[in-house]
Amino acid sequence: MSTHSHGHAEDSHAGHDHHDHEHHDTFWTKYVFSQDHKMISKQFLVTAIIMALLAMFMSLIFRLQLGWPSEKFPFLESILGHWGKDGKLDPNFYLALVTIHGTIMVFFVLTGGLSGTFSNLLIPFQVGARDMASGFLNMLSYWFFFGSCAVMTASLFVQAGPASAGWTIYPPLSALPQAIPGSGLGMTLWLVSMVLFIGSALLGGINYVVTILNLRTKGMSMTRLPLTIWAFLITAILGILSFPVLFAAALLLLFDRSFGTSFYLSDIFINGAPLAHSGGSPILFQHLFWFLGHPEVYIVLLPALGLASEVISTQSRKPIFGYKAMIGSMLVIAFLSFIVWGHHMFITGMNPFLGSVFVFTTLLVAIPSAVKVFNYLATLWRANIVLSPAMLFAIGLVSFFISGGLTGIILGDSALDINIHDTYFVVAHFHIVMGSSAIFGMFAGIYHWFPRMFGRMMNKRAGYIHFWLTIVGVYGTFFPMHFIGLSGAPRRYYAYTAYEGFDAALNINALVSVFAILGGLAQLIFVFNFFYSMYRGKKAAQNPWGSTTLEWTAPVEHLHGNWPGEIPTVYRWPYDYGKPGADEDFIQQTVPYSETPKSNLPGEA
Amino acid sequence: MIKLLTLIVIALAAVTIWRLMRVLELVRDLRNEDEQITDKDNRVNGRLMLWFLVLGMGGMTYFTIDAKKYLLPVAASKHGALTDSYLYINFALIIVVFFITQILLFYFAWKYQHKKGQKAFFYPVDHKLEFIWTIIPAVVLMGLIVYGLKLWINITAPAPKEAMVIEVYGKQFDWTARYSGGDNTLGRSNFKLITDDNQLGVDSLDENGKDDKITRELHLPVGSKVIFKFHSRDVLHSAYFPHLRAQMNCVPGMTTEFFVEPTITTDSMRLITGNPKFDYVLLCNKICGVAHYNMRMKMVIEPADDFKKWYKTQPYVFARPDAAPAVVPADTVKTAQASAQNRKIVASK
Ligand code: HEM
Ligand SMILES: [Cu+2]
Ligand SMILES: [Cu+2]
Repeated sequence: MSTHSHGHAEDSHAGHDHHDHEHHDTFWTKYVFSQDHKMISKQFLVTAIIMALLAMFMSLIFRLQLGWPSEKFPFLESILGHWGKDGKLDPNFYLALVTIHGTIMVFFVLTGGLSGTFSNLLIPFQVGARDMASGFLNMLSYWFFFGSCAVMTASLFVQAGPASAGWTIYPPLSALPQAIPGSGLGMTLWLVSMVLFIGSALLGGINYVVTILNLRTKGMSMTRLPLTIWAFLITAILGILSFPVLFAAALLLLFDRSFGTSFYLSDIFINGAPLAHSGGSPILFQHLFWFLGHPEVYIVLLPALGLASEVISTQSRKPIFGYKAMIGSMLVIAFLSFIVWGHHMFITGMNPFLGSVFVFTTLLVAIPSAVKVFNYLATLWRANIVLSPAMLFAIGLVSFFISGGLTGIILGDSALDINIHDTYFVVAHFHIVMGSSAIFGMFAGIYHWFPRMFGRMMNKRAGYIHFWLTIVGVYGTFFPMHFIGLSGAPRRYYAYTAYEGFDAALNINALVSVFAILGGLAQLIFVFNFFYSMYRGKKAAQNPWGSTTLEWTAPVEHLHGNWPGEIPTVYRWPYDYGKPGADEDFIQQTVPYSETPKSNLPGEA
Repeated sequence: MIKLLTLIVIALAAVTIWRLMRVLELVRDLRNEDEQITDKDNRVNGRLMLWFLVLGMGGMTYFTIDAKKYLLPVAASKHGALTDSYLYINFALIIVVFFITQILLFYFAWKYQHKKGQKAFFYPVDHKLEFIWTIIPAVVLMGLIVYGLKLWINITAPAPKEAMVIEVYGKQFDWTARYSGGDNTLGRSNFKLITDDNQLGVDSLDENGKDDKITRELHLPVGSKVIFKFHSRDVLHSAYFPHLRAQMNCVPGMTTEFFVEPTITTDSMRLITGNPKFDYVLLCNKICGVAHYNMRMKMVIEPADDFKKWYKTQPYVFARPDAAPAVVPADTVKTAQASAQNRKIVASK
């Protein structure tokens, strides 16, 4: 396995001196403390898949509770012990499951997993670099991530239970163990895990930005970058600007919890006694949290949109429509994402005028989002669409982006949000626009770049089955949830049996749970396909999808430094698909205009 | 036993999927495929796209019509009627855009599927089109923003002076209401004064508090103007009145408020919903601990006369000052009840 890295030891081109000496990969340096972007990307992906399965399993457990609140499920006791006594889920543990499910999905799967996997895999490959700017920091980024996942998982085994205050961990609930058992050691571990996670995100993000700005190959101007890279760049910048704020929020919370400060606490009487905290404001925490929290939504979404853009253009055999508008809309979305956080706080008693400003900025986001959707539709129009599993998932992403984005228009309007804030309508909205869109983008990425990662193809039939079951499962789960919300049912409720106005929640919830279980089972097909194909998939061709971008010009085997010879030079933009006059329906970025006189457009010489 | 069964089920599921993978692999090898996408794949999945579109749209429409019975009944507050009609405008717009874009998306995926020897239409950019589909959403959204903000300003405008002041007080895990009495001013309160008998920590030295009344149900006269003042003593709660289309967080250390004008009595709403047992409710809508899901209070909207009758029966925060000195601490509760009785008699004279 380690012999391939010697193949190019002779060609000593200036500036890449690390290729001039022999590599001796041991098991530890190759698989564990690897500094190679390709290996690190796989580490991120496999870790994220495992965490995603855990989080999905949790959601199925609480879906059982929500769907059939008066049934008993004896096996719960065997899995959960005293949290599932007599087959009934403990209400405290219900909140813990919801909290950890949300945390894992948002941070570990769709931030760490999505950006970590694909930024690492694609940035060096697509900009034409031997590796990340700093392989060491990159390795550190993964191990911080791993540590953070390990701490979060460990918190599940704490006696009093893991953090239970919701993934948004609003104090005072998250600050006071008297208020909920999960706010004891469980919450401390949550905070430690998050601090590690932020470390990982920052190390990764800085590396991505530096690599994209400095290590582009000859000819790779910013306007010749694939949209994936633009998405990763903007995402990384968002992360660098917003994660430190979450860090500050978490740190202050840690102080309030452990050292008796009063940043977030004031005038509290609990468990029969007044607390000494005075002068703090719980609302301050929300401002800090959502200053990260909203950009976080786009940290989750933009990479998925980037991957989908690439897949859609490639498999449509047609250039992405409005390349510059796509970049522009991402930049506008990213900018706006920093000035809309107040839409999560309309009913915290915020000054109504400030609320108006946030309504305005929030609804503005719909404009660049609409542009993106129309551009995707224009790309598909009169295309020559190859419906690969990746393409199906990319189309699914666009569908969710539309469905979920539209309900955002309602939630962003303060006058309407008064009534639906924190109801199931919100749960439906964000699962569709953030959860499902981003997960579908991730699936599209995995199916599309699996050959690049593992040198083998995934089984397409299993991919098709996976897609169809999943899209049915997702719409079946989250579409009806809107109505539960519109019937006035709040979220984070253990049961809807106590008040008879919750008929909707009771009746619709069973249906929702059936679809959720269907969708959940479908993921097992994916998991098996993934691990099976790693070893038994068909060997992949070098450029299996007929793509134009650089990652497919490198050999299928993984080399240190990616290309055996010189790094290829780039001569054109990445979307010359279906160009009139060309012999094939794609022209790679490495082909100079001088070789394609028949297909050159005016100005391309 | 159950443990074993659980394990067996899990093992069987794993084996099944493993076999499924194997079958798919065999199919692939039998047909001598290399995982490249064939015209047949495109045809099959393209058709499924159309089926999904038709069945999905049909299913959603059917479900929406069927689920209408679950939606909240008409708004029982003045502003709620306005926001509801605005909500329907939004929904109309959203549904139109939803149908158009989803139909195009799935239809294109079927219509323009790959065929050998066919080339896509090379169409990288069209500035006119882009301009159009930037401007149209911008104009529509401006319309929504203006309409929405007008409503918002209207809803959040300062309450008129005569509005009845009611404190809604949240704690783990119940609600208490405090009416401000004849002076329409709540007495000062402080969390440090909370005792078993003074759950809201009302300051007995403040004259304004002397006529405050504490209730475990929320009664509102129909057609009145009400300003709620929200408080919490421990963690965040959120006072959510789904039928009034009103919600506001309760924050320890801070007072928040919301102005409403209830318009429909409980009795009328029972007729409207056809449900003789219907009751308005105040829910907690911010995760606040283990019994979050059970934190609620009954709300009654009734004609002013009924309200007055009910109000008279409610106890004051403090036993009357003149009765107070005689009370031994252990007897407080009894005395409070007794003095409430007295007051009723006095009040009805
Ligand atoms: C198997 C698919 C999934 C199902 C059935 C599911 C279901 C649920 C349900 C029922 C809740 C509880 C809502 C509440 O009571 O407030 C929830 C919460 C949440 N889910 Fe999921 N979910 C799934 C996948 C995802 C994904 C992919 C994401 C990624 C964004 C995600 C993110 C969240 C978040 C952030 C919360 C909020 C947690 C909180 O309230 O603190 N979920 N999910
Ligand atoms: Cu937001
Ligand atoms: Cu509460």
